[in-house]
Amino acid sequence: MATSAPTSPSSNIFDYAPAPESRAIVDIKPSYGLFIDGEFVDGHGSPFKSINPASEETLAEIAEADEADVDLAVRAARRAFRAWSRMPGRERSKYLYRIARIIQERSRELAVLESIDNGKPIREARDVDVPIMAAHFFYYAGWADKLEYAGLGANPQPLGVAAQVIPWNFPLLMLAWKIAPALACGNTVVLKPAETTPLTALLFAEICQQADLPPGVVNIVTGAGGTGQALVSHPDVDKVAFTGSTDVGKAIARAIAGSDKKATLELGGKAANIVFDDAPIDQAIEGIVGGIFFNQGHVCCAGSRLLVQESVAEEVMEKLKRRMGTLRVGDPLDKNTDIGAINSAEQLGRIRALAEIGEEEGAERWSPPCELPSAGFWFPPTVFTGVSQAHRIAREEVFGPVLSVLTFRTPSEALEKANNTPYGLSAGVWTEKGSRILHMANELRAGVVWANTFNKFDPASPFGGYKESGYGREGGRQGLAAYLEHDTKAGA
Amino acid sequence: MSAIVSPGLAAYADVTASEASLRRFLHGLPGVDQVGAEARAAGLGTRSIKTTAKAYALDLAITMVDLTTLEGQDTPGKVRALANKALRPDPADPTCPSVAAVCVYGDMVGDVKAIVGDRVNVAAVATAFPSGRAALDIKLADTRDAVEAGADEIDMVIDRGAFLAGHYLRVFEEIVAVKEACRRSDGTHAHLKVILETGELQTYDNVRRASWLGMMAGGDFIKTSTGKVQPAATLPVTLVMLEAVRDFREATGVQIGVKPAGGIRTAKDAIKHLVMVNEVTGPDWLTPDWFRFGASTLLNDLLMQRTKLATGRYSGPDYFTLD
Amino acid sequence: MARIEVRKTYKLYIGGAFPRSESGHSYEVQDSKGKFVANAALASRKDVRDAVVAARKAFAGWSGRTAYNRAQILYRIAEVMEDRRPQFVQAVQQSEGGTAAAAGRQVDEAIDRLVWYAGWADKLAQVVGNANPVAGPFFNHSAPEPTGVVGVLAPQSSSLLGLVSVVAPVIVTGNTAVVVSSYGRPLPAVTFAEVLASSDVPGGVVNLLTGDAATLGPWLAAHMDVNAIDVCGVAGDIDLAVTLEVAAADNLKRVRRAPGAEPDWTVAPALSTMTDFVETKTVWHPIGV
Repeated sequence: MATSAPTSPSSNIFDYAPAPESRAIVDIKPSYGLFIDGEFVDGHGSPFKSINPASEETLAEIAEADEADVDLAVRAARRAFRAWSRMPGRERSKYLYRIARIIQERSRELAVLESIDNGKPIREARDVDVPIMAAHFFYYAGWADKLEYAGLGANPQPLGVAAQVIPWNFPLLMLAWKIAPALACGNTVVLKPAETTPLTALLFAEICQQADLPPGVVNIVTGAGGTGQALVSHPDVDKVAFTGSTDVGKAIARAIAGSDKKATLELGGKAANIVFDDAPIDQAIEGIVGGIFFNQGHVCCAGSRLLVQESVAEEVMEKLKRRMGTLRVGDPLDKNTDIGAINSAEQLGRIRALAEIGEEEGAERWSPPCELPSAGFWFPPTVFTGVSQAHRIAREEVFGPVLSVLTFRTPSEALEKANNTPYGLSAGVWTEKGSRILHMANELRAGVVWANTFNKFDPASPFGGYKESGYGREGGRQGLAAYLEHDTKAGA
Repeated sequence: MSAIVSPGLAAYADVTASEASLRRFLHGLPGVDQVGAEARAAGLGTRSIKTTAKAYALDLAITMVDLTTLEGQDTPGKVRALANKALRPDPADPTCPSVAAVCVYGDMVGDVKAIVGDRVNVAAVATAFPSGRAALDIKLADTRDAVEAGADEIDMVIDRGAFLAGHYLRVFEEIVAVKEACRRSDGTHAHLKVILETGELQTYDNVRRASWLGMMAGGDFIKTSTGKVQPAATLPVTLVMLEAVRDFREATGVQIGVKPAGGIRTAKDAIKHLVMVNEVTGPDWLTPDWFRFGASTLLNDLLMQRTKLATGRYSGPDYFTLD
Repeated sequence: MARIEVRKTYKLYIGGAFPRSESGHSYEVQDSKGKFVANAALASRKDVRDAVVAARKAFAGWSGRTAYNRAQILYRIAEVMEDRRPQFVQAVQQSEGGTAAAAGRQVDEAIDRLVWYAGWADKLAQVVGNANPVAGPFFNHSAPEPTGVVGVLAPQSSSLLGLVSVVAPVIVTGNTAVVVSSYGRPLPAVTFAEVLASSDVPGGVVNLLTGDAATLGPWLAAHMDVNAIDVCGVAGDIDLAVTLEVAAADNLKRVRRAPGAEPDWTVAPALSTMTDFVETKTVWHPIGV
């Protein structure tokens, strides 16, 4: 060769320099109140701190809503309901469009704050959370004046005040999944964000102000489990929407027993991601990686159980490990980061404990070499091989970047293993054979089946689980049903 | 049918022994899901490269350029100018490296060689480029002429008609024959790049199959396109070909180079390709021996970005030569 | 001497068979005027257990049948009921009192309701399922699927029309059911079981237990292999309804709550009678070449 390569700047021949997104765009106040009746007000519980999980730096002090504060918020929502529910749909729709547009305009700010408060990579906050959040508001904005066409009866009516409790894994996206359909249908809401990720919901409150949304239509109360409990069991709440753990979901189902409250519960999962020997292997590897390492594995529909056909298991594992070696773990604000920080010390403890149990139970643990930052909460992308259905890591939701690999021999064995779980939220199938995809999709007991893809979300696409993964659907036309009194209960 | 019988790569002698076994093998390669492949390519495209890594990447990209002119209107004067540019892409900056090669039609090899000598390679397109529609003996003569004129590298086109008709063995044997025609009197070979013309193959499944066909037949490089058919090189096509060379080395131990050509016009595009090479095949391919860009206008954009990085201000086309 | 009538002891209907209660207990069933009519098996918690096993076993086959086939079978039930109309009229009149004409109207309505639901089998997916135009190169489609094994506490008053109105919507979509009939008025349910046994309904698709909803309901509500429950049969007993709903939360059963009082079953049914016991499944696939 006549030419020779220039000298590489580092030991790794092509090491990317850090490309941090600027934090300057967000303005975090030292303390935040509750958002009730269109205003920020003081809370009466004990304030708590929200920290940056990537550095453990305190970001702000957050008010805690006690029972009286929750009551104020529900009353504000009830007062606002009268006018909001009677407002012509086309007017409500314009408020939602307005909010959607502001979200787009302030998308960088929202994405950066989400990344700081949650620990997720800016790349994901920027490319997934915030754009889909805006899309949800756009989608449901368009429904507000078309509800009579939704196939839910000629004159569907809103339920009233919705109590909405959302988790820390997708703070903005879950907020959008809850608030957009509720408002489109004419309900008013009191929403409680998770105690570790309240900041973007409070920024959303500012967006409601900016949009001149009538006071009381959206109220945001911050706090932990106690606040959530006070909210869902408030007697003047007509609807409860919860996304979170199956245990809390069950507690809510018990708490509202015998009431007229309707409920939508989006709970845990232990999804099987099934790879057949005729799969498009390179795309399947991407699907496996995206399925479990997206958002640090803090995803209820994560493909946490890889079921791979024994005849290609070796090849798949080799390629998977090589691919995992290119994952970049670290500063969430670095645009090249693939895996950010674990959301809290508590969650990190849970992941570590389950991973240790996996080892104790005899599964083989592997992570690519990767240097983890010293401050903050981190867990490397991890895969367990030699896992069987009897292992706890194959049954329990880890909610972290931990993949369990099991093998199967035949389609029926794959189905049997995939369905052998109390959960039923999602599943993945990888094969080039069309009829097998349809067969698997038919037989899998899961609310979302991704075939030759994984972890795709869209406001037009209903999402929700079978069995202990909860009930009700969010997204799509089906998502409206959860917020409308759509047909008579009497008569059969 | 060709009378030339050459084994291609010994490891796949059984596979390439008959049309039937070759077909079974190629159709047994894992499929490529278009949407997934394109999403992966787009994802890699969002990698952000800064400062030192960027300076390195720009220089690396320059050394990987096969500076190309393949026009009916090419003249000795035109290709000599290009040859000079290949040697000194930025006359104002002696630290700027040379490109990898100058790529021309076979009859222009001598003109280029006279300028560049052994300092930059000379690549010649051959085998009835770009359509490949000619008798085999003509294609072989075309190849031999270029090699005799001093070409270091031969960029051949595969017979897409035969490929699309399912005559894989014919395509295979033709590549084998061209490789043989690349042999010099001293026993060495001109480097053989096999152009798949992916824009005519249409599907990524076909790109993967053609990649394996080219590698098994003894190609030293697989190259996306002639530049005469749209779309030419795209990130996902390069991705699929990089996966092929990666898997091929895993299977055989033999490393094959990749050359996207046509359509890569900006430094940004070039860097996206380098990021992809780094993450898909790993750094072993990050040298001009194993990765090339077939391009003409790309070079000036690389030079402009290089100057911007060095001077801190944006440059303009007037400051770079137009040859 | 007048002929001594043959008195019946009715049995349960589980997995397509008619077993006695596992406990061996039965209870006296009286007509609307308090006169002894027959003995009915008194189902126990173990009968609930067996019925759930039978329902689970039948689920894959029943949900796997074509919608067209399920429609035909539901229609077949209506045909057989029509055949045995006089028997149903007698059973309803005995249970509920009133005139034969009134009982006849109940029976006719029950038969018509079955015909109505039968037609839904191959239409519900078209009405509540849809293609979803997502923002990307993906085929995306949502369709309803049966929830699984559904516990049904049938209404206490409307012994036939009420029963049919809560059973038909559950099974037409492919669920299988464990049904606890009206305690005081079980005879139409028993006759209905005999009809089911002779109208191509696979064993285990409907399991009918005669007994006390207050006793059996908690076992059904707490059973971890039951996916949903309709507690209509405890309408009016708020405490019991709450207890059942709380127990049902253990595995997040879908609960169709009891109305405050037993509704007017002659009112046309709502779509939710079916959609309360289906799951929406959404399938994604890339679109490419």
